[in-house]
Amino acid sequence: MKGFALTLAVAVYWTLHQDFWFWRTAHPLAFGFLPVGLTYHALYSLGISLLMFLLVKLAWPGELEREVDSSN
Amino acid sequence: MIPALFVFVYLGVVLYIGIFAFRRPHPSGAEDYFLASRSLGPFVFLLSLFGTNMTAFTILGSSGHAFHNGIVTYGLMASSSALIIPLTLFVIGTRIWALGKKHGFMTPVQMFRDRWDCAHIGTVIFAVQAALLVPYIIIGVMGGGTVLEAVSGGVVPYWLGGAVVALTVMSYVFFGGMRGTAWVNTFQTILFLCFGAAALLLIGSGMGGFEKAIQDLLASPATASLLTRERVPPLFFLSYTFIPLSSIAFPHIAIFCLTARHMNQFKRTVVLYPLCILAIWLPCVFLGVAANRATDVVKIREKIEARSELRREGASLTAQQRAELRAKMAADDVVLLLLDKYAPLWLAGLLGAGIMAAVMASDSQILALSTMFTEDVFAFYGGKERFGESVQVHTGRLFVILLTVVAYLVALGTPASIFDLAVQYAFSGYSALSPLLFAALFWKRSTKWGALAATVWTAASVIGVAIFQALAPAAAGAPVAVWRWGGWDLVSRTANGTAVLGLLPVVPMTLGSALVLVAVSLITRRPSAETLCRYFQDLRKQAVTSLR
Repeated sequence: MKGFALTLAVAVYWTLHQDFWFWRTAHPLAFGFLPVGLTYHALYSLGISLLMFLLVKLAWPGELEREVDSSN
Repeated sequence: MIPALFVFVYLGVVLYIGIFAFRRPHPSGAEDYFLASRSLGPFVFLLSLFGTNMTAFTILGSSGHAFHNGIVTYGLMASSSALIIPLTLFVIGTRIWALGKKHGFMTPVQMFRDRWDCAHIGTVIFAVQAALLVPYIIIGVMGGGTVLEAVSGGVVPYWLGGAVVALTVMSYVFFGGMRGTAWVNTFQTILFLCFGAAALLLIGSGMGGFEKAIQDLLASPATASLLTRERVPPLFFLSYTFIPLSSIAFPHIAIFCLTARHMNQFKRTVVLYPLCILAIWLPCVFLGVAANRATDVVKIREKIEARSELRREGASLTAQQRAELRAKMAADDVVLLLLDKYAPLWLAGLLGAGIMAAVMASDSQILALSTMFTEDVFAFYGGKERFGESVQVHTGRLFVILLTVVAYLVALGTPASIFDLAVQYAFSGYSALSPLLFAALFWKRSTKWGALAATVWTAASVIGVAIFQALAPAAAGAPVAVWRWGGWDLVSRTANGTAVLGLLPVVPMTLGSALVLVAVSLITRRPSAETLCRYFQDLRKQAVTSLR
C-alpha cells in the first residue's frame, strides 16, 4: 500500500510538470520580475526535493546495503 | 586578457588538485584508479556527481536556448532533470552501487554480461555506448578552445585554447584517475554555485534592475512571448521529460554510482540534487532571457536582428542563407557577453573560470571510456590475466592520452555544428538505452537477446534520425511535415531537429527500445536459475525454502 501511494505521488508530481495552465501568460510576476511560468517551475524544483525526502524516509531500499554487508 | 589570466590560474589549481590526488597515499590497482577504491564521502559524492552532469550545455547552452526560446528552457531541461535524475539515482543508482559492491563490477557492461549470461552481446553494448560518448568528449575540447578565445579577446587562438584545456584535463585524469576527477568536479561545482549568484546580482544591477529589464521585454511584442512558453508546443514540452532518462544510462554516471563509500550517500544526493539544479539553472535561464534587453551590446543586437530576419523572411531564403543566419544567432556566448559588459574585470575573470569549469566536464567521460575499454575489452578478452593489473592501469592511462589527442585533432578540423547534432543524438540514444538498466534490475524475464535487440534498435534509430536530418532541410519557421498519413503529420522537420507526431524522437526511440526488449525477451530463453538467484532476493528465498 505504501509503495503504491508513493508511486502514485511520483506519477502525480510528474503530471504537475506539464503545467499548461500558465502557458501563455507572464503574469503575475513574482518579486516584480519573475514570470509566473518560471516561478512555478522554481517552486516545483523545491517540491521535488521534498518528494525525494519522503521517498528516502519511507521507501529507502536499506535491504540492499544489509545484503552487501552480509555478503562481505 | 585579464579574465584569461584568471582562467589560466584556475587551470593551474585544477591541475594541482588532480596531481595532489595522485600523490596522496592510497592503495594502487584498477579499482583505485578507476573507482577511487569505492570510497568517496558524502560531500564529494554529491557535488562531484552534480558537476559531472553539468556540462558546457548547462551553463552556456541553457542561456543560449533561453535567449531565443524564453523561460520555457527551465521547464524543458531543468525541472524535468530535477525530477528524473534523482529518481533514477534512487531507483537504479542504489542498485548499481549494491551490485557493484557485491560482485565487484566496475562498468555497466560487466553487470549486463553477468546478469544475462552473455559475452559478445556485452561487447556490442560497449561499442554503442562508446560511439555515443565520443562526440561529447570532442565538444568539450571545442568548448574549451572557444571559451578561452572569447575571454582572452582573441589573444589566445582557438587551437591553443583547445590544446591547453585538453592537456589540463588529460593530465589530471591521467594522474588522479577517479579520485582526481571527483575532487576537480567538486571544486568546479562550488565555483558554479558561488559565482552564478554573483553574476546574477551584478548583471542585474548593471542593467538597471531586473524589474525594469522585464518590463521593457514585456512592452515589446517581439520579446514579450519570451516570458511565456508559447514558443514551444505542450507536446514537445512533454517529450523533454524523456531526455533525463539518459543520465543514469550514461556510463560515466553509472560508473560514478559505484564510487560511494556507503549507500547512505545517495540519500543526501537525491534530496539536494533538485536544489543544486535550481541554484545553477534559474540564474542561467533568467540571464539568457534578460540578455534580449541588452541591445547596447553589439553582438547581442546582431543575434536579435538575425533572429528577426529569419522569422520575417525565412521562407523566401535559400538553405545556405538560413544556415548563415542561424550561425549569427548562435547564442551560447550571451552570458560571456553580459559579463564582459556589466561585470568588473576581475569578476568577469572569476566567472570566466566558472564557465571554463562547466566546459571541462568531459573529464568524467574520458575516464569512463578508459574504464570501459580496459574492463570491458582489455580485461574481458584476457589482457588482465596475461599482463596483470598494473599493465591494465597503464593501458587505461595510455587510452586517456590517445582519446584526448584524437578528440583534440578532430575538434581542430570539424565544424562544431556537426558535434552539436551528435550530442543531441547522444542524449536520445542513451535515453533509449535506459530500458536495459530497468530490465536488468527489475525484470526477471529479460534476456540477452532482448538486450541486444534494444541496443540494435537504439543504434539504428540514432542513425535513422541523423540520415533524415541530413536529407531533409531544416524548417525555416514552423515544422514542415515530411511524412503525412491520414491527416496526421507523422514525421516533421523542425528548425533544429525532428518531430514524430509532434514529439521529440527520443519518445518513440525509448518506447520502441522498451518494446523490442520485451517482445524479444518473451520469445527467447531466460538466463539460468542460478544467475537469476544472484539478482533477485525473492528467488533466493524461494530456493532456500525449497531446499529445506
